[in-house]
Amino acid sequence: MSLLPAASAKWEVSFTVNGHAKKVLAHPMERLLDVLRNDLGLTGTKEGCGEGECGSCSVLLEGMLVNSCLVPVAQADGTSIVTIEGMAAHALMKLLQESFLECGGAQCGICTPGMILAAVHLLEKKPQPALTDIREGLAGNLCRCTGYMQIFEAVAKAARQRVAQ
Amino acid sequence: MRADPSEYKLVSPGNLQGALSLLAAEPAQWLPIAGGTDVMVLYSAGKLPSRNVINIWNIPELRQIEVLPDCIRIGAACTYTSLRNHDIVGREFSLLATTASWTGGIANQNRGTLGGNIANASPAADSLPALLVYDADLTLISLRGERRVPYRTFHTGYKQTVLGADELILNISLPRRFSGYVSHARKVGARNAQAISKVCLAALGQISRGAIRDVRLAMGSVAPVPLRLHETEKVLTGKKIRPSLFDAARNSVLKEIQPIDDIRSTARYRSAVAGNLVAEFLEKLAAEGANA
Amino acid sequence: MTVHHIVGAAVPRKEGWDKVTGAARYVDDMILPGMLHGATVRSTVARGKIKKIKFGAGIAWNEYVVVSAKDIPGKNCIALILDDQPCLAAETVNHAEEPILLLAHTDRHKLRKAVEVISIEYEALPSVHTLDESEQRSAIIWGTDNTFKSFLVEKGDVDALWKEAAHIVEGEYFTGAQEQLYIENNGMIAAFDPENGVTVWGSLQCPYYVHKALMALFALPEEKVRVVQMETGGAFGGKEEYPSMIAGHAALLAMKSGRPVKMIYDRMEDMAATTKRHPSRTRHRTAVSKDGKILGGEIEFVIDGGAYATLSSVVLSRGTIHAGGPYYWPSVRIRTKAVATNTPPHGAFRGFGAPQSLFAMERQMDRIAQVVGISPVEIRRRNFLKPGQSTTTQQVIREKMDLDRLLSRALELSDYAVKKKRFAVENKPGPRKKGIGIASFLHGAGFTGSGERYLNSLVGVDINAEGNVRVLVSSAEFGQGTNTVLCQIAAEALGLPYENVSIAQPDTTVVPNSGPTVASRTAMIVGKLVQSAAKGIQETLTRTKLLRDEYTSEEFRAACKEYIAAHGALKSYARYEAPPDVFWDDEKYRGEAYAAFAWAVYVAEVTVDLTTYSVTVDDFVALQEVGKVLHPVLAEGQVMGGVAQAIGFALYEKVVWQNGRMSNNQMTNYIMPTSMDLPPIRVFFEELGNVHGAHGAKGIGELPMDGPAPAIINAVEDATGVRFSSIPLLPEDLFEALRPESGEQFVSASVRGTA
Repeated sequence: MSLLPAASAKWEVSFTVNGHAKKVLAHPMERLLDVLRNDLGLTGTKEGCGEGECGSCSVLLEGMLVNSCLVPVAQADGTSIVTIEGMAAHALMKLLQESFLECGGAQCGICTPGMILAAVHLLEKKPQPALTDIREGLAGNLCRCTGYMQIFEAVAKAARQRVAQ
Repeated sequence: MRADPSEYKLVSPGNLQGALSLLAAEPAQWLPIAGGTDVMVLYSAGKLPSRNVINIWNIPELRQIEVLPDCIRIGAACTYTSLRNHDIVGREFSLLATTASWTGGIANQNRGTLGGNIANASPAADSLPALLVYDADLTLISLRGERRVPYRTFHTGYKQTVLGADELILNISLPRRFSGYVSHARKVGARNAQAISKVCLAALGQISRGAIRDVRLAMGSVAPVPLRLHETEKVLTGKKIRPSLFDAARNSVLKEIQPIDDIRSTARYRSAVAGNLVAEFLEKLAAEGANA
Repeated sequence: MTVHHIVGAAVPRKEGWDKVTGAARYVDDMILPGMLHGATVRSTVARGKIKKIKFGAGIAWNEYVVVSAKDIPGKNCIALILDDQPCLAAETVNHAEEPILLLAHTDRHKLRKAVEVISIEYEALPSVHTLDESEQRSAIIWGTDNTFKSFLVEKGDVDALWKEAAHIVEGEYFTGAQEQLYIENNGMIAAFDPENGVTVWGSLQCPYYVHKALMALFALPEEKVRVVQMETGGAFGGKEEYPSMIAGHAALLAMKSGRPVKMIYDRMEDMAATTKRHPSRTRHRTAVSKDGKILGGEIEFVIDGGAYATLSSVVLSRGTIHAGGPYYWPSVRIRTKAVATNTPPHGAFRGFGAPQSLFAMERQMDRIAQVVGISPVEIRRRNFLKPGQSTTTQQVIREKMDLDRLLSRALELSDYAVKKKRFAVENKPGPRKKGIGIASFLHGAGFTGSGERYLNSLVGVDINAEGNVRVLVSSAEFGQGTNTVLCQIAAEALGLPYENVSIAQPDTTVVPNSGPTVASRTAMIVGKLVQSAAKGIQETLTRTKLLRDEYTSEEFRAACKEYIAAHGALKSYARYEAPPDVFWDDEKYRGEAYAAFAWAVYVAEVTVDLTTYSVTVDDFVALQEVGKVLHPVLAEGQVMGGVAQAIGFALYEKVVWQNGRMSNNQMTNYIMPTSMDLPPIRVFFEELGNVHGAHGAKGIGELPMDGPAPAIINAVEDATGVRFSSIPLLPEDLFEALRPESGEQFVSASVRGTA
């Protein structure tokens, strides 16, 4: 490929999102967050701060939790991404949805998509997390409404139920 | 979001040779981006110093951790998560594993890279003091070849380094000779997670017959660069740990560091805490030494 | 009728499923065809005359829509109370970040660039940046004396006290500004057409506040303004009045361009430009008897309102009324004022003046205890209000309450006595000092005094063609559980399953004005009206013999359908009626301030680490009497979230001001607690009922904000012996106080009595 592309040339970026193959035409430095929301209409992923502090924009990129506001879409080329909309197909999702609803893990809901993705990521790495693991796993997701307690409870409950299954 | 993506070019050679060729052809024109946890924050604020970005996230040579008999070599684009997960790093370089766990939250650790933090050269970066006490060496690479640079000479001033206009950091080598040391790290931030440090300490020490045989102290956020406290180490080396040594250590620390007032904290606070952190380490050293 | 127990049960959150699946629609998730993006050009000086506006080079200005004050069809103000705040600055600016011009463009990025190349020249005017400067009147920046509002509350005879007092205890206490930091920034979409008028969709708490403001801005009648609340990602008061401003801006751009306009703030803009909690200074001078009873005293409470009046008079009112805490004052003089400074106007934030004055009162109580020589527990026991006694505004307490018992229970739950003894012993050596502190307080629910009468709230319930029940209120859901609780109340009132009741999206063309979603009034006041309106449906059906007194949900459905077939619609409305025995004198500031108070005792256990001078809260007990717990999970969540915000208020959240502007306006530098910073927050309720609220409920949304900060600072003093009087208390502040050279203003040991 040419080392020196024309200014403002758009790229064709291909990746799978929630199991579906997608192709977008985007400037390479578009934030993955904006491509998901604006180009693909997947508005479940939210912008809270634009600086990787709040975690509202969390998605799974190749199975890793990342802040999509800090990923240029060019780096998502050829990858597989999961957003909150794709969680329906995820084994842990139903457990977490139910436990979040039962335990009060979602109040205003704006941090919830990112929080659930962080919880999924945590439970995949640590199926039986202690409270300290849960605190650490969610430390990059700010919640202003709950004070976190009921979120911890929701994650712990989902973990217990998954083990019971 | 205060930047216009249409004004930025990004190239993604996907291999080391391609990246180095571009940097050689247009030195100082292309800003490398690995995990983006520093670059993208600046970009979103509209403050990225360059409109041309070169993607190095997907260059395989930068992402490996090699374990050799006498050292480990960490690819510059290894993430903090990969450091935390690495067996040898955890066992022999616990300061690095620990400080990696303090760098942002999980999402930022999955993307932030050691080389990225080194090149970004913030004196507040959590892992850089650990590299100083571990006597890290950097391998810098360009089309002209490789050169090995002791990490302690890499930072020349605030956000200034010896990295050439056509160079990338290839890897970071750490000699495998610190297993017998007492290690201690402490970060003081505004909160327990997701915080830029106000002061941080990475320390290694060895006690032999009640006296300090070797001590290595490095701090972040107390100078324009990550700082190795050579003078304080001299004051401590060979001495028995007694109350008077604590005072001597504090005084030396105060003289060696150059903290400032900034949006996060004050020079006076940083000075006091820096002294306290070193004292805390000495106590730990004394306790562990007594058990040895 | 079958008795259901929907109220009091943990039913699923009404909109919960959408929230956990990412389907919930917030304003930035919505796009309208042909939509433009809007942005604001703001003042860079704290006070000045606008001399010149230059549109920079390199921009195709003809592609942009530009709006200035001249484009405003109606009154250039954000109508609220005094109507002194311009929508767009015309000739002068009175604070940094004050809006001057609005721009719109199809491309968000090009818009940003254009904003950056507009340069404005000002002739600087003398400005005032602190409470002190405002009081000293180094410049007059508002009205004749920089004072938005003042109150005087007098009871008994204060001047006669001083001679009799065994102790006279003085103290001065400060609280700083606090940013609401809802995770969803302010945002609005507006559309305009000459025939139908203005429509806005946005993140907001009070649809009818925005409605009123837009009517005035556009000189339009009420039927030509429509306000719709989208799912709102947190508010806490920060979206009580500010949405009127951003709605006005988006609507002006929509009017000028003829296209819909979306304005979403980014975090930096939201933090710098929008409202924050009022900073405060409280001075206490208390006359105390030999055995620790408050004889009376003087309280001076001053808040910094920023550059325009906005809601400062109401914040001042609540702070004034709560300034005496939950104690009996035989005599008191409370002098309060809200003053102007050249900062972005301060506004509503959970607690609304009470966290500020209650911080002072609770610190003062611990000080009084020290001077008298008894414990913080005992000083409170000896001064608690009891039923039959009157408050500082001479409201006789007629509700059931027992603070003494509440305190005992809180002490037991927190293991206070054991810990206090243990800490005193264990603290001697070592760099970690533990402490435990208490705060006892109250929070009045609903609008103050005649406020609810003035609001004159109206609530509706209607039935659709399928026989499903719908609640019609302007009360907004923003996480606190409005939708759920009001549907529970309606379902319970009608004896129907919770699933058969829904709540309309607040849309001013659909729902009546049930008042703003503020003042902890929704469950208590609006809930009671929902109950009445629901009963009204029942009464209509039984009156027309379509329904018996006992019925199944299917019978109810059938009856509704029959009624609608015959009459076309089935709706019922209920309007607020002021309780007959609630009297308030606005001039003397005396009488029944609130129909009901919630009462609480909180206990904080802290560790002070003298290596880093940081304070960690290790355990927190929050015990409150709230009338009735309508939903156990939601109620607990409200308390936990409020305590977390108040821990931030006490220990972490500092607004750094530079030339009248917030300089740490990023989440990196404005520190709110993460999941790793908070203690277990243990929440307990008591329910003594209340005659005014639905099912006896009193408001709880704001109460949890009042107690944690003083409990924590009381605990820090317990741990260190240092008498801190100012929050936020950062490690740097603790460090400065503990330095040997700090001087006599801090004591080195506190007198501890026995519990």
